[in-house]
Amino acid sequence: MTTARIPVAGNRSAKIERDPSAFSFARVGAMVARYWYLLRSSWPRVFDLIYWPTVQMFMWGFLQTYVGQFGGLPARVGQTFIGAVMLWDILFRGQLGFSISFLEEMYSRNLANLMISPLKPPEFISALMIMSIIRLSIGMVPVSLLAIVFFGFNLWALGLALAAFFLNLILTSWALGIFIAGLLLRHGLGAENMAWTLMFIFLPLTCVYYPVSVLPPWLAVISWMLPPTYVFEGMRALLTAHVFRADLMAQAFAINITLIVLAIFAFLAYLRAARRHGTLLQGSE
Amino acid sequence: MLAPEPALAVSNLVKHYPGGIAVDGISFAIEPGSIIGLLGGNGAGKTTTIAMIMGLVAPTSGTVRILGHDMPRERYHILHRMNFESPYVEMPHRLTVRQNLTVFARLYGVVDREACIAALAEELDLTELLDRPTGKLSAGQKTRVSLAKALINAPEVLLLDEPTASLDPDTADWVRTHLEHYTAERRATMLLASHNMNEVERLCDRVIMMKRGVIVDDDTPARLLARYGRNNLEEVFLDVARGRGEAVREAVR
Repeated sequence: MTTARIPVAGNRSAKIERDPSAFSFARVGAMVARYWYLLRSSWPRVFDLIYWPTVQMFMWGFLQTYVGQFGGLPARVGQTFIGAVMLWDILFRGQLGFSISFLEEMYSRNLANLMISPLKPPEFISALMIMSIIRLSIGMVPVSLLAIVFFGFNLWALGLALAAFFLNLILTSWALGIFIAGLLLRHGLGAENMAWTLMFIFLPLTCVYYPVSVLPPWLAVISWMLPPTYVFEGMRALLTAHVFRADLMAQAFAINITLIVLAIFAFLAYLRAARRHGTLLQGSE
Repeated sequence: MLAPEPALAVSNLVKHYPGGIAVDGISFAIEPGSIIGLLGGNGAGKTTTIAMIMGLVAPTSGTVRILGHDMPRERYHILHRMNFESPYVEMPHRLTVRQNLTVFARLYGVVDREACIAALAEELDLTELLDRPTGKLSAGQKTRVSLAKALINAPEVLLLDEPTASLDPDTADWVRTHLEHYTAERRATMLLASHNMNEVERLCDRVIMMKRGVIVDDDTPARLLARYGRNNLEEVFLDVARGRGEAVREAVR
């Protein structure tokens, strides 16, 4: 990296990094700092990260406790509820963490400032990925501890399996987040609802609370195209049969890589379209 | 000896939207160190032109060259050498002024950030405001913060879209004075879109007048006044905006 000192008005000078073509971790850090400043300045934003996952966990936890009292098949089915809802939250909150950080730029009418800065799309996307993990951690770590205290469910005890589940779910959430960010660039806040609701199509399709075998065959084909399906099937295998299905995780990972690549292409296509249609300057409709 | 390359050169720039033509084949070049005013009524194509220069809007055809590089093809070779300010583009409200400036200093790769922000704050009378949330500031204070952001990388090319819109006369004059000093001392090139004729007359070496996406006149303020036989640019603007330009110029001839 080279630098140049530029004299300006008064006694000020600006020493500027001159390595325009490289990926810059400093710019990624700048964007993460920007979102971190925002998050720590607003307790409702932090509260919102914890509140709903906690409510969900308690609701499904009590349901699991209730169903468990019947023994037999209902108890076996029910013993995956807390795990399912927590993994679902990783998927959903991971995408929301990505998309909400992006939306903050639109709410504050700051997008044009970023788009004329040296910030490159891969740096922007990397910062959003990091923020999705930070936001997810703020919400999920306390919830996972509460699940141990109240229901004796220790997500962390899943060990390496949890790492595999987490990796695959967060990759899917990022793929969807990148795609939605592209939609927002092109269509402005008119596409905002997609950020909040698009993931819900995954809820029935990826079989969060029931096995894929209950789906009609034609829907099962679609379900197996989605990486979270492999994760939730893998979770059930682990919790009910105590078997870690590495084959399912590998297949999910392969599909995830494909989805991420497709999402990046879609994002870049939407960015080009936004430049053609002039929506980067408007951004609000 | 070859003439120095313009700081900014626009050639046959066209922008078509589905609803019509925003910019229709404009060309101009700006010498390094000059201040050029882009004048025109609402819908004349000024903002679209500036947006195409910055790479925010893709031209339908035509080229933009900035500091010897093609925009948008070589955008990352020049974006750190230029900047933009507009009251219509804001900065995150909840972040303090210092946080906002720090983020942009890091984005532009300013190495000595703290010193740079302190010096800018002193120049723009922002020192007392550095730790206040940007959204809590008055319009004039926000404009000074936006200006600080636009100057954070000491840009060689500065694009301004109505920089003093909605400011009181005192603050507007203060901003203009600072811009004058900056361009004079830094020898920066400035393109200024404005509806404020006094501002354009005071700051600009040259004025490009646009109407319905085309350039209808391009000259120094003094020569424009002489050509239209008017006392100020506001009267020239009205002649052009109301379609009297050609007739007035003929009468003066």
